[in-house]
Amino acid sequence: MTAITDIPTSRETTTRHSVLPALLPFLGVFMLAMILPFVSNDYWALIGTRAAIYWVLVAGLNLVVGFAGHLAIGYVALLTLGAYTTSVLAAGNVLPPVPIYGALVIASCVGAVFGVIVGLPAMRLRTFYFAMTTLGFATIVTQIALAWQSVTGGGIGIVGPEFSAPFNTPWGFYYLCIGFAAVATWLSANIAYSRFGRALIAIRDADVAAEATGISKPKLLVSIFLLAGAMAAFAGGLFASLQTYITPDAFTFDLSVLFFIAILIGGRGSILGPMLGTIILTILPEIAAPLAAWSTFLYAVLLLLIVLVMPGGIAALLDFKSRRPLASNRAIVPRIAGLAEVLRKTATTKTLTLRDVVLTFGNVRAIDGLDLDVKPGQIHGLIGPNGSGKTTTLNVISGYYAAKGGTITLGDDALPPGMPELRAGKGIARTFQTPRVIGEASVLENVMVGGTIEGEATFAEALLSLPRHHRDERKLTAQARAMLGVVGLESLADVRADRLQHSELRFIEIARALMLQPDFLLLDEPAAGLSSDEITRLGVLIKAISRRGTGVLLVEHHADLIFDICDQVTVLNLGKILAAGTPAEIRVHKEVVSAYLGG
Amino acid sequence: MLGSIIASGLAAGAIYALVGITYNTMFSTSRVMSFTAGQLAMLGGVFGSLFMLKMGMPTLVGFALTLIACAIIGVITEFVAVRPVLRSLEQHLYVLSTLALALMIQQVTAIKWGTEPQPFPRIVGLGTGVWDEKFWLPVVACGLTILGLEYLYRRTLVGHAFMAIAEDNFAARALGLPERNLRVASYALAGVIGGVAGFAGGELMLAFFANGALLNFYGFVPVALGGLGNNRGALIGGLALGLFQQAANFLVGGIFSSVAVFAIFIIVLLAAPQGLFGSATARRV
Repeated sequence: MTAITDIPTSRETTTRHSVLPALLPFLGVFMLAMILPFVSNDYWALIGTRAAIYWVLVAGLNLVVGFAGHLAIGYVALLTLGAYTTSVLAAGNVLPPVPIYGALVIASCVGAVFGVIVGLPAMRLRTFYFAMTTLGFATIVTQIALAWQSVTGGGIGIVGPEFSAPFNTPWGFYYLCIGFAAVATWLSANIAYSRFGRALIAIRDADVAAEATGISKPKLLVSIFLLAGAMAAFAGGLFASLQTYITPDAFTFDLSVLFFIAILIGGRGSILGPMLGTIILTILPEIAAPLAAWSTFLYAVLLLLIVLVMPGGIAALLDFKSRRPLASNRAIVPRIAGLAEVLRKTATTKTLTLRDVVLTFGNVRAIDGLDLDVKPGQIHGLIGPNGSGKTTTLNVISGYYAAKGGTITLGDDALPPGMPELRAGKGIARTFQTPRVIGEASVLENVMVGGTIEGEATFAEALLSLPRHHRDERKLTAQARAMLGVVGLESLADVRADRLQHSELRFIEIARALMLQPDFLLLDEPAAGLSSDEITRLGVLIKAISRRGTGVLLVEHHADLIFDICDQVTVLNLGKILAAGTPAEIRVHKEVVSAYLGG
Repeated sequence: MLGSIIASGLAAGAIYALVGITYNTMFSTSRVMSFTAGQLAMLGGVFGSLFMLKMGMPTLVGFALTLIACAIIGVITEFVAVRPVLRSLEQHLYVLSTLALALMIQQVTAIKWGTEPQPFPRIVGLGTGVWDEKFWLPVVACGLTILGLEYLYRRTLVGHAFMAIAEDNFAARALGLPERNLRVASYALAGVIGGVAGFAGGELMLAFFANGALLNFYGFVPVALGGLGNNRGALIGGLALGLFQQAANFLVGGIFSSVAVFAIFIIVLLAAPQGLFGSATARRV
C-alpha cells in the first residue's frame, strides 16, 4: 500500500531528471541563435530569420504530419494566405490600415479557418487523398493571388508589412522572429507531450484502438488543423515582412517541399528532429551556392533516401535509448494486490444486455438472433468455432458494426448502433485480437492513451500549459505507472512498445483498457500466443478485475481458461447460440462437446 | 460560345481522363497511387516538342520515341519509387517515394527544358475553330486508348493476367503469374498512356514543365470521383470535370472555376470517400 502512495513522488523526481536532458538540445540551438549576430553579417541575419520563420510554420505542420500522420504537402498555400492577408490589411488598400500586430492576429484567424477547410477530407481519408487536397489548394491559392489584382496586386505584387523600431533592422527583426520561433516550439511541444499529442499518435498508428478509448478523431483533428493553419499564416505575415515586397512568385511549391521534407528528415513524432531539419534545409542551398538552382532536386533526393534508407529520420539517429538491449529473460508477473489501489470498485448494477441482435454481411448472417447478458462482477465466456461470430459480437457491442436488428442496452439506456468512440464514455473498454498498440510510443504512453477521456484540461489549456493540464498529466502518469505495475510490466514503462514481445503487448492492452475504470471489459482472445504460465497469471488477473465489480466478456479459444474462471458461458455456432449456462453445464453439453470441444 | 465551351471542355476532359487512367493502370497492379502520373503526361508534351521541333524528326518517329521515353520513365518509377516500398509495412511510404521522384522529374525538366511554355508542332493539320485538331485530337486519343485497353483487358492473355493481379494479388501469385514482371509491364503501359495524353494534348497545353503538377491534381479528381481503379469512372469524371471547368471558365472567369473545382472535389470526397462509382471500403477491425 505504501508502495503505491510513494509512486507519485518518485515519478516527480524522475520526470525532472528526464526533462532537463530533453531540453538541452533546444537550449543549445537557442543559444547558437542568440550569438549568431555577434559572429556573422547581415546576409546571415536574412538566412537565420528565414529559418526561424519557416520553423514557426513547420512547428505547427509537424503536429499534422509528424504526429497525426497526415501528409500535408501544400502548406505553402497557408503561408501565402497569411502573407497576403497581413500585407493587404497593413497596407490598407481594401480596408482602413490595421496595425501590423493586429493584422498578424487576423491573418492567423484566417489561416486557422482555411487550415480546417483544407483538412476536412483528412477526417475520412488518409495519405494520397489528403496529400492531393493540399496540393490542389496550393495550386488555386497561387492562381487567385495572380488573378485577384485589385487586392493582391496580381503579378506586380504588394508591399509587405513593416515592423516599427526596434524590429525594423535586420538583426532586430531576426531577434523578433527567434522569439516567435521559441514560442512556436513551446506551443507545439505542449500539445505534442499532452494527452492530445498522444491521441494524435494513437490515431495515426492505431486508429481503431484510439476510437475504443473514446478519442474523437474529428474534434482532435479540427483543433490541430486550426493550430497548424494559424501558425502557418502567422509565419506568412512574418515572411511578407522579411520579403518587404511579395508577388505570387515568392511562394513556389519548392517551399512546400522544404517544409514537408524538413519534418520527414527530422523524424515522425519528434520536435527536435524537424527543427534541425528545417535549419539544415534552409542553410543547405546557401553554403553550396551552385546547388541553389537544384535545391528542390536535392530535397527530393533526400526525401527518397529518407524513405528508402532511414525511415526514422534524425530523431531515430538520436534515439540512443532504444538501442540498448532489453533483458531477454523477463517475465510478466502481475501484482494483483495493487489492483485495489488503481481500479476503483465499480458501483454499477447495470447489465449489458443483447437481445435478438442480427448482423449480416451480404447474404451471410454473421450474428443471427443473439441474446447475451453480461452482469457486473461476472466473467462471461464467449466460445465457439472459428467464424461463429465471437469477435463480430464484440465489434457490434463496441460499435464498429451497427447491428441490422435487435437491441443492445446498458441498464435502461440503449447503446447507439455504430459510433465506437462513444463506448468509452459509457464505461465499456476492450482489447483486440491482434494487439493494437502504438509501436513508436513508449509502453507508458500507450497505457496513458487509455485515459485520454479522463483528462479535464481543454486543448487550449494544454496548449498554454496551464495548471489543470499539469494536474491531468501527473494523474495520468501516476495511474498508468501503477496500472503497469498491476499487469507486471512496470520495468518496461519507458521502452518503445514495438520492441516488446507479443505476450507483453496483450498485457499492455489490458492496462490501457483498465485506465478507463471500465464498468465492462471486452477481451478478444487475450490468451492467444501466451505461454501456459502466462495464461494462468492472466486468468488470475481477469478474475481479480471482475471482483472489483467490472463485468468481463471474454472471447477465448483456450477452453481450460474459460472453464476455470467464467461464471457464465455462451457457445456460438454460425452466429447462433448453441448453448448457454454455467461452465459445469457447458462442459457436459452434448452438442458443444461434439461440435467444438471434441470428446 | 457554347461550341468553344464544349470543344475545349471535352479536350481538357479527355486529357484529365487519360491521366486518371494512367493513375489507375499503375494502381491496378501495385495498389500505389503515383505522383508521377501527371509528370508522365507533362513529359509527353515536352518529349514530343523536343523530338519534332528541336530535333526535326518526322511526326511518327517523334511520337514513337516519345512513347518509348515515357514508358522508360514509367519503368523507372516502378524500380525506384514503388518496388522498394511495397515490401514495407508502412502504407504511406509510396506517397513520399513517388512524390520525390515526381519532384525530381519536374526539377530536371525545369532546368534542362526551361521554365517557359514552349510550342508544340501541329500534327495532322486538320480543322479550324472549334474543330481544330488541338481540340479533337485529345478526344480521339482518349477514345482509342480506352478501346485499346478494353481489347487488352478482355481479349489478350496479358490483359487477363493484369486483371487477375488487380483482383487478388496473392491468388494470382499462387497461380504462378509473374507478378513482378507484370507490374513492370503495367508501369510501362502507364507511361505510354501518360505519354499519349501529353502528346495529344501538346497543342492545347504546350510543352511546359508546370503542367505536371497541374495534371497531377486535375487527373486525380476524376479518379477520386470515379473510384480508385475504375477506368469508366475516370472517363466520365474526366469529361465532366473538363466541361464543368471550361464552362465556369467562360462564364465566371478562371479563378472561380478553379475554386469551384476544388470545392466540388472536397465535397465529393467528404460525401462519398470511395468515389461515385467505387465500392465501399474494406473492413477495419
